[in-house]
Amino acid sequence: MTSENKAPASGSIVVVGGGISGLTTALEAAEVGYDVYLLEKNPYLGGRVAQLNQYFPKLCPPTCGLEINFRRIKDNPRIKVFTLAEVEKVAGTPGNYDVTIKLNPRYVNEKCTCCGACADACETEISDDYNFGMTTRKGAYLPFEMAFPSRYVLSPQIIGTEDAQKAKAACKYDAIDLEMQAKSMTIQAGAIVWATGWEPYDATKIDNLGFGQYDNIITNMMMERLAAPNGPTKGKILRPSDSKEPQSVAFVQCAGSRDENHLPYCSYICCMASLKQATYIRERCPDAAIYIFYIDLRAPGDRYEKFYKKIKEDKKVFFVKGKVAEVMEDSATKQVTVVAENAVTGEKTRQTVDLVVLATGMQPTAAKVKLPADLKYNADGFILNDYEKGGMFAAGCANKPADVVSSNQNATGMALKAIQTLARK
Amino acid sequence: MDKKYGVYICEGCGIAESLEVDALKSVAADEGRTAKTHPILCSPEGVDFLKKEIADGVNTLVLCACSRRVNYDTFRFDGCIVDRVNLREGVVWCHPRDKFPKLTEEEKTGGDAFDRVQMMAEDYLRMGMARVQKVALPEPFKLETTSEKILVIGGGVTGMSAALDAAKAGYDVTIVEKEDRLGGAALNWRSQLPVGDPYDKLIPPVIEEKIKAVQADPRITVRTSTMVARLAGQPGEFTVTFKKPGEKIQFDVPYPLPPEMLVDESGKELDAETLHKKYLEYNEGRADILTLDPDGELFGAVVLAAGWRPAKLEGDAYAHLGYGAIPDVVTNAEFEAIAKKGKIARPSDGKPAKSVVFIQSPGKDEDDSDFSYAGAVTSLVSLKQAKYVREDYEDGKSFVFYQHMRTPGLNENFYKSIQQDPGIFLTKGNVLSVAKGGGGLMIEATNTLLGEKLKVKADMVVLAAGMVPVTKDDPVVNMAYRQGPAFRDIDLFNGYCDSNFICFPYETQRTGIYAAGAVRRSMTTEEAMEDASGAALKAIQCITSVNRGVSVHPRSGDMTFPDFFFQRCTQCKRCTQECPFGALDDDAKGTPKPNPTRCRRCGTCMGACPERIIGFADYNIDSIGSMVKAINVPSEDDYSEPPMRVLGLVCENDAYPTLDIAALNKLSYSADVRLIPVRCLGSVNVIWIKDALSQGMDGVFLLGCKHGDDYQCHFVKGSELASIRMKKIGEALTSLALEVERVAQFEVAIDDYDKVPQIINDFVESIEALGPNPFKGF
Repeated sequence: MTSENKAPASGSIVVVGGGISGLTTALEAAEVGYDVYLLEKNPYLGGRVAQLNQYFPKLCPPTCGLEINFRRIKDNPRIKVFTLAEVEKVAGTPGNYDVTIKLNPRYVNEKCTCCGACADACETEISDDYNFGMTTRKGAYLPFEMAFPSRYVLSPQIIGTEDAQKAKAACKYDAIDLEMQAKSMTIQAGAIVWATGWEPYDATKIDNLGFGQYDNIITNMMMERLAAPNGPTKGKILRPSDSKEPQSVAFVQCAGSRDENHLPYCSYICCMASLKQATYIRERCPDAAIYIFYIDLRAPGDRYEKFYKKIKEDKKVFFVKGKVAEVMEDSATKQVTVVAENAVTGEKTRQTVDLVVLATGMQPTAAKVKLPADLKYNADGFILNDYEKGGMFAAGCANKPADVVSSNQNATGMALKAIQTLARK
Repeated sequence: MDKKYGVYICEGCGIAESLEVDALKSVAADEGRTAKTHPILCSPEGVDFLKKEIADGVNTLVLCACSRRVNYDTFRFDGCIVDRVNLREGVVWCHPRDKFPKLTEEEKTGGDAFDRVQMMAEDYLRMGMARVQKVALPEPFKLETTSEKILVIGGGVTGMSAALDAAKAGYDVTIVEKEDRLGGAALNWRSQLPVGDPYDKLIPPVIEEKIKAVQADPRITVRTSTMVARLAGQPGEFTVTFKKPGEKIQFDVPYPLPPEMLVDESGKELDAETLHKKYLEYNEGRADILTLDPDGELFGAVVLAAGWRPAKLEGDAYAHLGYGAIPDVVTNAEFEAIAKKGKIARPSDGKPAKSVVFIQSPGKDEDDSDFSYAGAVTSLVSLKQAKYVREDYEDGKSFVFYQHMRTPGLNENFYKSIQQDPGIFLTKGNVLSVAKGGGGLMIEATNTLLGEKLKVKADMVVLAAGMVPVTKDDPVVNMAYRQGPAFRDIDLFNGYCDSNFICFPYETQRTGIYAAGAVRRSMTTEEAMEDASGAALKAIQCITSVNRGVSVHPRSGDMTFPDFFFQRCTQCKRCTQECPFGALDDDAKGTPKPNPTRCRRCGTCMGACPERIIGFADYNIDSIGSMVKAINVPSEDDYSEPPMRVLGLVCENDAYPTLDIAALNKLSYSADVRLIPVRCLGSVNVIWIKDALSQGMDGVFLLGCKHGDDYQCHFVKGSELASIRMKKIGEALTSLALEVERVAQFEVAIDDYDKVPQIINDFVESIEALGPNPFKGF
């Protein structure tokens, strides 16, 4: 008796999205013995978690788990990874799909040795999305140190410019191919798992919270990059206006979440993320006062509760129950005053701080652009799962806002749902 | 396999610019090997060149090029042994020639000068050549017969979901349920929380439908009024003995002796024979774990979905809430039972309870914690039950006092729908007291959204008690494992059978047994059903991995397994005790009985064994020991000021990648260290350290993951066990008149690439301060 009895020969699974959920679904299915195509639109795997400094509540680096997952991919020929890949069309029915994908050019082939000569040769600086625009990078770049695949990429912006020629000339290994074109291909698959993830809610839309207007207001995802050793400040937390260490920091919870004008739902992770980021600040700025303005602190589950309790022991972390209504900048000091109504006392609380962190929530990627497949969404753009119909499933934050643990649980389960579709034939 | 060796040196990526390739070739020649070079080994031409070599008979390749983390697929040659000598990241990139200059022509002829970087490369080549002589291609371990059946423990919503999911994928499943019918906790519910979009109203319990589906599924067998007496054996062939609750049978699982019984009156450890005698007495009437039940039923893998019990609210902490003293103060579980019976009536006199206060947090001393084991579920349950009052009575009123309304994610929609109900009052509040008064109850709270002080009159009070995992009270799964019948170390998770890994929620210390639902974390029905799917997948995956003879996570696909040379076993039991996964069961004498499919291939047993009788095909005492011995240790006979030699045993999971990234960033560290990747620090056998020191190396360090409560070790215990062993090694060093400081262990996280060079350099400096190893040159 072997596992192959359970898997039809033609049964393969397409996983769309190479973030932590997509990686999990792909690996868990492949390790049962199924062929998996993992498609990622970025030039690297890892998605959002690759931008995080640490996970809560263990305060461990996400690259630790990613590295193991990358090794699992390396050791498992059943997984085929396509980066810079987008799904263009899905035709067919459960058990029998044709998935047309577009592979965007990387302009760097498999001969790349990661020597970095191409980047050294480029001159133009391009805003770095990986660091949310807080730094620039060259037009030829390695997305980040532990990126998988470990290969440089040329930004489409430099194609046709002198920089591209310089990069090509600098490569000793004939790894740069400026003629590379986008190409289409069609994959036959029995099931598709959409792990298309989330985007940080656009903080500029929250007019009253001053993001984009005042220098010293950043988002929680920007804070992750600031705290990361490979971030724009090499792990130092510095306020943008003058690159000084903040002596006081305010976290504005539910920045956009639980708000009918923005995201009506709770984004699940932001409370824990701010508690975690309080530890980043405490580690680097031992005396900084930290103010957390919240509606409810949601630390679901024993492990998170324990973490919250630990943060409460910090006498310089102040919790204020109240929703922040407005922010003001002192144009001279660049300090920001946060105004909130204390929900309990009814008083207006004003707190002036050096740095404000907006705990912005998560919006499903599919909220803005619907996916090219016959899928159903809720009003907020989360994909609804129809287990009766089968065939296509959403995993992780494409399905609902969740933390990494829950996303991975969910993504593991979705691997089974996909397998069921194949086994049903 | 008749080995035919080949040594190949890549000249690309700065290797040939930095190193004297001819000198490397002569190092190979010294060992009787002919080294061949290629300008770019990973290029299509380079790979063709290697393939031709293989076609010509080479089957054991030493590739001197880049780190094994890259070009893994390019250099995968099935049927060949491949060693990756890491010249690029390990030597050249982290030792740039501007910091580590080459010898001048003058120095080359002078005699007393040496090139540290070249020496490093030559050592790594020697080490690679030594290793391939000592390793073999792995052959998978396969059971004679594998059971593909899945056992699900617990017939509640989680267990039934897992069973249905596994059955739908084509697997046969047996559910055992200790009660006389399926359903579990959900049987007692009037309504339940939403399990899907739009999450805005209560729904009828899904449990009845699940029961019907289970009963209609030909692949699912249900055994009610049944529990697991013992689960013996290993994944792929678990032998399970069932029994009726309350029965005492021969195959009830025996328990290990408690710590106080392991020693005599003076605190001295008892000998094996006495211990075994005591163990038999302690477990009288129960067969030893190695006695296999001939009537046991075989299963391949297990889903543990044993669920939860309502928390008991006992003690002074709750006295102010009147629970136990006032009959109309009940827990949420008790309230649910009342609501299930019909219109809500007060327990004291059976009169309608039209006004009910729900208390989510014990309050009183300003602590904003909810009741223990609450999770986020009890907030939602309070809202659900507040709705019951409104369903039953047009003029019914519910008050919910909370510290934090925990309705995370899309459950916020349910909270919002409750907020629309004019008869449900929701407020933050610190409840001071519940007392009898005015023909009902009087609840006093402070610090509320409705005023500083608030008094509410109510017919009933409901306390939001938490969900205690049943594994807190009882092992349930009753593993016939020498390490004991329960999941290990679950105190760390308050009794939940959880994994400590954020990325790998199903990976516990017990292979092939996957916990799901409320036994893992307090969960809503929706979460529990999802979790069940995940656990079912893991159970199936474990079975297919066993079938292929490969390991499961984190060394998924690894075909090696530990091999024991039993003739030399001294029955010290260390391997059995230290295995993080309980893979070994020793017999009465203490000889370990391996269970290869429980094993996760970390090598902790190999590290633990003082007789060095445990090894893997491609990773063993001799393979690493030979690498250590292959390191040249220059002495004063060679140079007037010989360089230090420091050995680093480096965990391949986190520390080794960290070093690669340091190299990618051109961060450099001492060229006097020699690094050997190990599967886990737990696999480090102290003999390697002793060997290194006795051949004159000046220091040894271990580089691995964080240990402690938030351990990052992928094998749970490896770095912790290594640190214990390192403490013990101090005595051995002292007896050799060596300073204990010559051996150290450092923790690094994978993103510490900017710190790791400093860690290494500081250690090398401290060794230099100690001076050379006195054994050098002997």
